Amino acid sequence: MEDIQRRLLQKSKKARLEQIGKTVSFICILFIVVVVAAIFYFVMSKGLATFVKDGVNFFDFLFGTEWSPGTVGADGKPLTGALPMIVGSFLVTLLSAIVATPFAIGAAVFMTEISPKIGKKILQPVIELLVGIPSVVYGFVGLTVVVPVVRRTFGGSGFGILAGTFVLFVMILPTVTSMTVDALTAVPRHYREASLALGATRWQTTYKVVLRAAIPGILTAVVFGMARAFGEALAIQMVIGNAAIMPASLITPASTLTSILTMGIGNTIMGTLENNVLWSLAMLLLLMSLFFNILIRIIGKKGEFKS
Amino acid sequence: MKKILKFSIFFLSVFFLSSCSELVDHGESITVVGSSAMQPLAEAAGEEFSSRNLGKFINVQGGGSGTGLSQVQAGAVDIGNSDVFAEEKDGIDADKLVGFKVAVVGITPIVNKEVEVDDVSMDQLRRIFTGEITNWKEVGGKDQSIVLINRASGSGTRSTFERWVLDGEPAKRAQEQDSTGMVRQIVSTTPGAISYVAFSYVNEDVHPLTIDGVAPTDENVIINRWTIWSYEHMYTKGEPTGLTKDYINFVLSDDVQKGMVGQLGYIPVTSMKVERNAAGEIIKK
Repeated sequence: MEDIQRRLLQKSKKARLEQIGKTVSFICILFIVVVVAAIFYFVMSKGLATFVKDGVNFFDFLFGTEWSPGTVGADGKPLTGALPMIVGSFLVTLLSAIVATPFAIGAAVFMTEISPKIGKKILQPVIELLVGIPSVVYGFVGLTVVVPVVRRTFGGSGFGILAGTFVLFVMILPTVTSMTVDALTAVPRHYREASLALGATRWQTTYKVVLRAAIPGILTAVVFGMARAFGEALAIQMVIGNAAIMPASLITPASTLTSILTMGIGNTIMGTLENNVLWSLAMLLLLMSLFFNILIRIIGKKGEFKS
Repeated sequence: MKKILKFSIFFLSVFFLSSCSELVDHGESITVVGSSAMQPLAEAAGEEFSSRNLGKFINVQGGGSGTGLSQVQAGAVDIGNSDVFAEEKDGIDADKLVGFKVAVVGITPIVNKEVEVDDVSMDQLRRIFTGEITNWKEVGGKDQSIVLINRASGSGTRSTFERWVLDGEPAKRAQEQDSTGMVRQIVSTTPGAISYVAFSYVNEDVHPLTIDGVAPTDENVIINRWTIWSYEHMYTKGEPTGLTKDYINFVLSDDVQKGMVGQLGYIPVTSMKVERNAAGEIIKK
């Protein structure tokens, strides 16, 4: 009698184990949240110091075109116009996404609809391999191959947004492709079957049914690729030329937020305006990646398959 | 349950081992941070120092002159390496730092090999980098536009070059690269390119220019006929003591100055026939 009572009232071993597991995973989650919050706080406080402590006008920062934080302009204010880098970052991101998307969709359609066997056996490993290549390798290939080709074909020094676009295109292609593949395979089988039963050809099924149904997934893939392109630093820095001037054309040296950031941070002193304004650039990058994340969430919510 | 036990044993052993290393490792160590141009020298000297004084370690890190100066000023590291005088950097209180000149680096303009120009005047060089001269034919070369390549603003090499060549005029905004190796690589492959590197980085891929007939050699730097050079500094917060002092003395010793410094492509500070102060004035020795 007592034995049964005890067993009923006390926690069983398994329940205790579960509680331990819950606590451990909760601590892990909490740790991650704290780290993210700390990074946010750190970057924000440093980045806002430019405007609060050094008195730089936020709009001068966003829309100014003269970047030379160490020197003061004619009006006695430091030259902290970040527009050249903002424009550069957005241009390479958009252009590389525009170039990469058709290739990615083509490859994904081939891998899921046309020839899944070859896709699984050959293309999938190749794409996974591409993801694993370090960005410095891409940058070096860009410097030794892409830049001379651009120089010979389009003139100029070869460094610039065009070369950056080509390098980023190759870098984000595997990400976009593999995510597009996921989006296409997620289209329910009965969509295809219904379409074929109505007498549609394979091309009609692919084009009018599968791709249409997968649009939200494909968009998510593209935005993911853009987020990667936007944050890429090393490879782009090697081929874009890093001149903090408004890009006059696609083949003149330009710069991105990341390239100016990585170049400047070691040469500036903590706490000075030159350093703070770099943190402001980092803050912009952080806000942009947040924006991309939110965008992905919104698209993902809209595109859930209801079956 | 077994798994949890395993994990806890693992974590405990990690903790114990790490505390063990603290107990066993009685060695002293100091941290040296800063200028990437000086890093090879500081590292090589640090290794040599450790092998002669067992148990004493010198950790050398790069990060740039700005990082070196600000970290040593904040007391985060023991020695800050810098290509420029602390007085020249904003945000650094030079009075609190003690500087040691450990080597000299000469800087030379380099051009792409296909640029058929060997000699320019200092005035022409200045006008090239301020953007007044944009074609090689204006300085006696062929009809080809000049591609400027700068180091990142704030880099020691760049500030030295601009200080002695540009004479206070602002440089034309152009391409920037954050390492000397990258600059050399780009100059060697880009037609019409010009930039500047430390003497030790000149190789057969690029073509160094002479200025007003003076060649960029160590001999010309020593007597200041070649004016584009700078000191490599080690800064400490207050007078150095203990291991920091021993290490700096070692770097300044004849052993290192006559051997390693020259081998690594720097000019020994002891062989200089002139001295220059932070304001750029020459003091004849």
